[in-house]
Amino acid sequence: MRYPAFLQRISDRADVQPVRTLTFSINGQVLSAREDETILSVARENGISIPTLCHMDGLSERGACRLCIVEIKGSPKLSPSCVTLPRQDMEVTTNSDRVKNYRRKILELLFTERNHICSVCVSNGHCDLQALTTELGMTHVHYDYLHTRHAVDASHERFSVDHNRCVLCQRCIRVCEEIEGAHTWDVMGRGYLSKVISDLNQPWGESSTCTGCGKCVQVCPTGALSEKGKSVAEMTKRRQFLPYLKLMRGDESR
Amino acid sequence: MTQTIQIKPITRIEGHGKITLVLDDSGSISDAKFHVTQFRGFEKFCEGRPFYEMPSLVERICGICPVSHSIASAKACDSILGVRVPDPGRKLRRLLNCGTYIQSHALSFFHLSAPDLVLGFDAAPSERNILGLIKTYPSLAMDGINLRKIGQQIVECCAGKRIHPAWVVPGGVNKPLLEKNRDFMISLLPEGYAIIHRTLDWFKSSLENYREEIRTFANFPTLFAGLVNSEGNLEHVEGELRFIDSKGATIHDGVDPERYSEYIAEKTEDWSYLKSPYFKALGYPEGIYKSGPAARLNVCNGFGTAQADQELAEFKGLERGPVLSSFYNHYARLIEVLYSLELMRHLLNDPEILSPHVRSIARNNEFEGVGVVEAPRGLLIHHYRVDEEGLITWANMIVATGNNNLAMNRGILQVARRFIKSGEITEEALNKIEALIRAFDPCLSCSTHTIGAQNQRVDLVSPDGTLLNSVLS
Repeated sequence: MRYPAFLQRISDRADVQPVRTLTFSINGQVLSAREDETILSVARENGISIPTLCHMDGLSERGACRLCIVEIKGSPKLSPSCVTLPRQDMEVTTNSDRVKNYRRKILELLFTERNHICSVCVSNGHCDLQALTTELGMTHVHYDYLHTRHAVDASHERFSVDHNRCVLCQRCIRVCEEIEGAHTWDVMGRGYLSKVISDLNQPWGESSTCTGCGKCVQVCPTGALSEKGKSVAEMTKRRQFLPYLKLMRGDESR
Repeated sequence: MTQTIQIKPITRIEGHGKITLVLDDSGSISDAKFHVTQFRGFEKFCEGRPFYEMPSLVERICGICPVSHSIASAKACDSILGVRVPDPGRKLRRLLNCGTYIQSHALSFFHLSAPDLVLGFDAAPSERNILGLIKTYPSLAMDGINLRKIGQQIVECCAGKRIHPAWVVPGGVNKPLLEKNRDFMISLLPEGYAIIHRTLDWFKSSLENYREEIRTFANFPTLFAGLVNSEGNLEHVEGELRFIDSKGATIHDGVDPERYSEYIAEKTEDWSYLKSPYFKALGYPEGIYKSGPAARLNVCNGFGTAQADQELAEFKGLERGPVLSSFYNHYARLIEVLYSLELMRHLLNDPEILSPHVRSIARNNEFEGVGVVEAPRGLLIHHYRVDEEGLITWANMIVATGNNNLAMNRGILQVARRFIKSGEITEEALNKIEALIRAFDPCLSCSTHTIGAQNQRVDLVSPDGTLLNSVLS
């Protein structure tokens, strides 16, 4: 944008450089947004709820779980609202039957991939995946379970990882890389064969990069990552540290 | 010609099984087998799980006595931690166990067996159930329902949930008892006492009516096994193993439960998924022993509580040596409910019961652990091995019902010989066989990890193997 000469100095400064705002609508409600905000964050600022699983305030977006899908008028496909930016005059629908139906199916498919047995899980009653089933009204799983076999890695002194309960949301990977800076976790394999690994697929207890901070355990939405010694339903996660850490590091822009 | 007779409603036991009766040439019974036909496999699929999940995982074996499984499992895990459970934690486990005994024994006596005892073994099957009982003897039925409710409320007050609570953990329990819950439990006691005294008085006065059943319900000499404390008094949660013979002489006393496998071995038969534990020194199948309510009363010196001890004196007076007939399990159950109420009162009046120090924290320090308790149905043994990381590498469970497998099989033969003549199965004879099984209060789904639904079935087989008669119930 060109400014008159007397304003040029200000336009060079990014902090006062006005970000473009635009208007679009969610469920018929006209809203204004910055062009660099996602549909999800605009919706939440305005009290419109969209279910999420892989999203976590304070971490980058990954678009892994697909539960935040919304309808955009004129587009035949459904878009993940956590990684989609609004455009001028876009018409977004978050709660149509089609969207709700697909979200429930996605959730059911998450249950078929691994062995989620709430009744004997350390996170029973404190689990994001379990909470979503009630939120989305999932009553049954209409697909065959894969009954994949996964071992528990309890080689770490304080924590254990049970891949049977992993939903591949990658929160652990992001918090380890972006907040702790260790990048111990990563994903190997493709599709439903993907698996979260520590270092180069070594036992967690032998990882040379892990600092043992436990942030990954606290952000894990299910009982996949847990503190050792916690019995069934005893694993409650504490996530309040994330915003403070970001603030203290002056890292709010991410 | 095979004839199938349907009997409804489904028989009153926990789980599913079938009975085979074999006839000789003269048409009299030559053999009898009690088959438990399906398999659940907890021992196998627990492998690879962290040991601290075990108390809740094994609770899912049963909906009636999950508490017994969780305490046995937690005790095995205590050994793996290598810690001593703080006294308040131990007391709370015992308190919880009182609740489970009251509800389980009430279920067995009133809901499952009272219809036989009160309405008669020959009553119409459509009437011979808890609903028939409510219709004919409403006050007895209500006593049963209320007593079971008291037991369930105790479990809920302690553990937060009536079925499958996640309160008992390795090292103790995970929350202290709330004062208001203690006070509520105290308020339940008077009704509990009133019901059990009423029922005991009635049952003792009517024992005369069951002379035939007393004589034939697994009434033969066997060994008896049970837990007793250091004074020789009955123990449900802690204590050591004692074995006595059919004359009442102690064979082994003060056996550390960790060494159970030196005394008990298990035999697998190809006709049942229920293993048959036997007393090692006598071999199979001579090493037949009984476990459960009457066995416990035979084995112990006393209860250590005033009212139950008084009842025990009367019970022990039934026969000169140990009480052999398994019919007396019903009687023993009522006395154990009284004992549980007395123990509960004692524990609830202990100021330490509200202490917040209920759990010892540790990591896995040992590689093996055994936990033994007396479940309402008999000895319950959980035995685990773990690796360095605390993951289960091997598990063995000897579940209460299994201990009585040999005795049940022999008991069926005894009852069948007495009541089935010339290949004729009468409704009453069939029900007497079932009633024998009910006297043991077996939990078949507990004992074999049975899954699915198969009804009780009696097959009558001639010597050449042909099926003469098959009765479904």
